[in-house]
Amino acid sequence: MKTLVWVEHDGSAVKDATLAAVTAASKLGEVHLLVAGAGVDGVAKAAAGIAGVQKVHVADNAAFGHNLPENIAPLVADLMGSHDAFVAPATTTGKNIAPRVAALLDVMQISEVLSVEGPKTFTRPIYAGNAIATVESSDAKLVLTVRGTAFEKAASTGGSGAVEAVSAGGDAGLSSFVGAEIAKQDRPELTSAKIIVSGGRALGSSEKYQEVIVPLADKLGAALGASRAAVDAGYVPNDYQVGQTGKIVAPEVYFAIGISGAIQHLAGMKDSKTIVAINKDEDAPIFQVADYGLVADLFNAVPELTGKI
Amino acid sequence: MKILVPVKRVLDYNVKPRVKADGTGVDLANVKMSMNPFDEIGVEEAIRLKEKGVATEIIAVSVGPAKAQETLRTALAMGADRAILVQTDDEVEPLALAKIFKAIADAEQPGLVILGKQAIDGDNNQTGQMLAALTGWAQGTFASAVNVDGDSVSVTREVDGGLETVKLKLPAIVTTDLRLNEPRYASLPNIMKAKSKPLDTKSPADYGVDTTPRVKTVKVSEPPVRSAGVKVADVDELVAKLKAMGVHS
Repeated sequence: MKTLVWVEHDGSAVKDATLAAVTAASKLGEVHLLVAGAGVDGVAKAAAGIAGVQKVHVADNAAFGHNLPENIAPLVADLMGSHDAFVAPATTTGKNIAPRVAALLDVMQISEVLSVEGPKTFTRPIYAGNAIATVESSDAKLVLTVRGTAFEKAASTGGSGAVEAVSAGGDAGLSSFVGAEIAKQDRPELTSAKIIVSGGRALGSSEKYQEVIVPLADKLGAALGASRAAVDAGYVPNDYQVGQTGKIVAPEVYFAIGISGAIQHLAGMKDSKTIVAINKDEDAPIFQVADYGLVADLFNAVPELTGKI
Repeated sequence: MKILVPVKRVLDYNVKPRVKADGTGVDLANVKMSMNPFDEIGVEEAIRLKEKGVATEIIAVSVGPAKAQETLRTALAMGADRAILVQTDDEVEPLALAKIFKAIADAEQPGLVILGKQAIDGDNNQTGQMLAALTGWAQGTFASAVNVDGDSVSVTREVDGGLETVKLKLPAIVTTDLRLNEPRYASLPNIMKAKSKPLDTKSPADYGVDTTPRVKTVKVSEPPVRSAGVKVADVDELVAKLKAMGVHS
């Protein structure tokens, strides 16, 4: 089987989510990559170096610059003439493009794949991860999105894929990119961070989040996260949100501070290697999944922890 | 312009799903069912566009069992003008759903189709994008703001890392994210009024769509359970545990 993996990149570097998708694709067969964008020579070179990659298709065109699915999906559908599976990381970009590709190919997509059980059999979460479905596709071609935290990352070096330019495609004339507000942080990204410090509703205010959560994250070089309750209360922006409706994370260590542990939050972080919970309510559900639980007032305990760690 | 709003009847989001003992799915017998929360946001957005004078008519559509009528009545009570139930007891996959909505869009010629970004049962997050592919229209997924301006619509999207705005030619497909709006509750008089609003019943065959599944569910199981660890007595003990794992500044 020949797979085509969507390379998620920021114009200069390959994003980590791609590496997990490569691992998933390698369980199906030969791994080819698609790098689409404007001025992406550097990305293509880096992508060719990912371990296990045989070929990199590079579509360099201004129309592909902002991942507009109206322009990208026909390009992918065209390349799928000579591939058997399209594999995209389940990022907001992957989720935007892959179903459009699937419908153009008249196949059903399998979303958020957790494991590859056979050539056409996969597991995936349903009901916000409260159930796991094993599903088997009967379509001639596969379209998958892959949950990044469920697969090891392929090594980003050591490969020697052949780079081949693709001339197909262009501007469909349906959509244009207006602008973006992407938070610039001197921190690891939530979805690839080794340590995450998350704060919840119990913090009570945006100021307290800054005062209590941020110094601990700074000290540990951690990414910042939050529960949906904290986001809804306006303590932090939505892109901090960990959970069913936010980001799915699986760091080495996850600090849940003042987070009670609603099902919707647990769905986003329960695959973390070690979970540390600090909460003054000893009956909080978060303690049922925490490896280390500390029942304490977070306003005293967290600064003390920050001082001693 | 008309706005088409697909809505799905799903297990209420406050009910904890239970996997059936025989592994065939999630138990939906005698549990509360509601409109998919993302679809509710879609209905609300359509109503706001009508209140602003942008939309002239809102058509709610649902593909599902006879009981999905209740979901459509909820949409009508919120403010949709009429409804179409495409009745089937089979589970219909996103691809077939998109084909049904495409056929309805061909017949109704809406300026916008607003869908929830995903249904909270299957969590597929596909139908809107697939409908966009089949209609050949532009798509603004995971929307947190929608502004119609003449023959185009600006959609601000929730993306990894922040927000992104795209401008789409109309007609277009929008899928909703949580922060687009807060859906209204239907008032009692509006619930009464909704009972007399038109609701057509059709079948997938009326639209020439084959709903045979392409993906077979082999089994459904409980997720692995994470067991509770230990409680530490104080910060010093926690620091010791963390340092033993190599976690320190």
